[in-house]
Amino acid sequence: MSLLTRHALLGLLALAGIVVLTSVVDPYTDVQIATVGYYLVAVAGLTLLTGTNGQISLGHGAFMFIGAYTVALLVIHVPTFPFWADLLLAAAAAGLAGALTGAAAARLHGPYLAGATLALAVGLPAITQRFPDALGGSNGLAFTVQSLPTGLAGTVPQTRWQAWVVWTTALLLLVLLANVVRGRFGRILRAVRDDEVSAALAGIHIGRTKILAFLLSALCGGLAGGLQAFLLGTAAPGSFTLALSLSLLAAMVLGGVGSLWGALWGALALVFVPQWADDLTKALDLGTDVAQHLPIAVFGAVLIAVVLAFPQGIHGGINRSLARLFRKKETHENNP
Amino acid sequence: MRTTRKALAAAIAASLLLASCSGAGEPSGGGGAAAGDAAPGVTDDRVVIGTHQPLTGPAAPGYSRISVAAKAMYDYLNDAGGINGRKIDYRVEDDGYNPTRTVEVVKQLVLQDQVFAIVGGLGTPTHSKVVDYLNSEGVPDLLVSSGALAWDDPAKSPMTFGFQVDYAREGKIQGKYIAEHLAGKKVGLLFQNDDIGRDAQQGLDRYVKDSVVSRQGYDPANTDVLPQLSALKDSGAQVVVCSCVPAFTALAILTAAKLGFHPQFVVSSIGADPVTLTGLLADFAKRGGAEVSPAALLNGLIGTGYLPDVGQTDDPWIALFKKVHDKYIPDEPLTNTVAFGMAQAYTFAQALKLAGRDLTRGKLVDAMASGKIKGPGLTPFGFSKESHSGYTGAYVFKINPDTSTTVIQPPAVTDREGGDITPAPTERVTPQDIGLG
Repeated sequence: MSLLTRHALLGLLALAGIVVLTSVVDPYTDVQIATVGYYLVAVAGLTLLTGTNGQISLGHGAFMFIGAYTVALLVIHVPTFPFWADLLLAAAAAGLAGALTGAAAARLHGPYLAGATLALAVGLPAITQRFPDALGGSNGLAFTVQSLPTGLAGTVPQTRWQAWVVWTTALLLLVLLANVVRGRFGRILRAVRDDEVSAALAGIHIGRTKILAFLLSALCGGLAGGLQAFLLGTAAPGSFTLALSLSLLAAMVLGGVGSLWGALWGALALVFVPQWADDLTKALDLGTDVAQHLPIAVFGAVLIAVVLAFPQGIHGGINRSLARLFRKKETHENNP
Repeated sequence: MRTTRKALAAAIAASLLLASCSGAGEPSGGGGAAAGDAAPGVTDDRVVIGTHQPLTGPAAPGYSRISVAAKAMYDYLNDAGGINGRKIDYRVEDDGYNPTRTVEVVKQLVLQDQVFAIVGGLGTPTHSKVVDYLNSEGVPDLLVSSGALAWDDPAKSPMTFGFQVDYAREGKIQGKYIAEHLAGKKVGLLFQNDDIGRDAQQGLDRYVKDSVVSRQGYDPANTDVLPQLSALKDSGAQVVVCSCVPAFTALAILTAAKLGFHPQFVVSSIGADPVTLTGLLADFAKRGGAEVSPAALLNGLIGTGYLPDVGQTDDPWIALFKKVHDKYIPDEPLTNTVAFGMAQAYTFAQALKLAGRDLTRGKLVDAMASGKIKGPGLTPFGFSKESHSGYTGAYVFKINPDTSTTVIQPPAVTDREGGDITPAPTERVTPQDIGLG
């Protein structure tokens, strides 16, 4: 079985799981599942850039911003485009921006690269202030995305359908990324990450590789932003703050840098940890001053605890525990 | 391998095409759920309502206290037996003034908590993202905590009602006051770069368009207003109209002081609560490593308002708010922001009472539009079948050296277009007249 077939089958299996899961939970959980889906896309893109290619980006929120506004503007001004065309164009627009950023990033290292991408995250949303008529200023844009096929209207609730669309897109992208990471281009990315000089000596074009990595990663960010706009019907600068870029980074570290499974754990944590902390504070009936800051504090505490206990993130931790478990079993079998 | 890939691509393309036959931005054929007889969140002894508030984020300073005050008022009314035999279960969700979070938490309130209505959702950039959703789901969306004109659109948003005086009416009243009492002075405008700024300028420009020398917008995500204040200073503005939320009123005042720029500030009701501003000025200055005298900075500031000031202890509404405050939230400073939250909660409770024991969403909306809602404000509500606009005017006040306030122009009412500004009717109802708790 080829790698692509195997990944595609896994993807289909996962999609079937999502369809079953969304059919049994309440509509709001559908929204949360869809939210995990688009965060997964963004974190997966980031983990490809950082984990596989060794470049850092503090500015992925900016690519989500581009994706969300692309979808918003297309829905408002070109209403005849189907939603999937809007999503593709959102990914393409962010990919283009990523290639431009990558061209600059290819010349920068470590803290300088972090600084440049940070500037992007802080600066880009301010463009809405420059063009308030087209981009809605601080208010941003509000719209309704029609996507439910007429055949399904009435039988499938809107939120469930949205979760399906987000996850179909996310899984398609993950299959693509899994192949990229495991294939020839993945080896090239890792070679550049590990040692640029030897990679160059082996005939790899360093700059081009880095730009391509940035392009691919930004494309994921744009798609995530597009999916967010598709799901929530909003694109506003207040949603794409530096905090968003940093929380994507935190989710990546929490899940495990460089692993697509890690991206899944990170995205799950991003959605559900604050939710649980919020439920907990409400159950404990704490004062508002404590309650309003607890979800953020809990997320921070979880991040610190995971990094201390499993330096490789949640995915690394799971792998290690599994390995230990199996080794124990093997030794058991070997010495009856 | 190659055939698998082709087949996969074909399958993907086919599924994508099947999935969507019509454009993403085209209106769908089916209408939204009608409000009518639905009554989710209502049981024999309880009614669940929800709100989205900025408990964290850029608008939290000041505004995070509104829901605390509203909760106190609901507790007071519940302890007095509730409304029509039902206790009000008030669910507050934090959206951090982030529109994405607003959509998420409002969906949570509607889909998971199954709220009967959304009451007092706060913020223009935030709430504008959920108006279509709430109206298409048929959820009453009452007393929005923002003065944007967008909430008053009964044809398009039949479920949505405003609360505050809208920014256009308020801008007209500010503009006329400046044209009459600060005639000949150069005017600079500082505003939040969304509907607040747009609507306020629409009102101001009817009176002071020719005196305006500079227009500066700020984005709530960026707390540095030095460029805007420098531009205002350079333009020679002698009066600065600040259509700002409390945090940015405070930032503007501090930044101006730092620049040695001392214009006459005229601040909209949303950002002109003296007690809240005093706290914010001291807090922000301390974080910046400076000691300031908030009272000195605020002295002489002109503001507009539509609710009685908490300093007016002889006002029957302020007496009620003080009573509720002292019993339920005694540790909280009693500010105009607290009074806002209580006034809003009381107004909702009044609509709930009017809707009757046999409660449905349709009846609640009818009660709001009945014209019978009278509130704590010094100007009347505009609620009717044709208008969903909240308070219809404002008074003008000045902050004294001890941060108390003096009314310098009595309440006046007007419309959102080109109509005249006329004195507000003086008769008001008292809490005893309405008799909820």
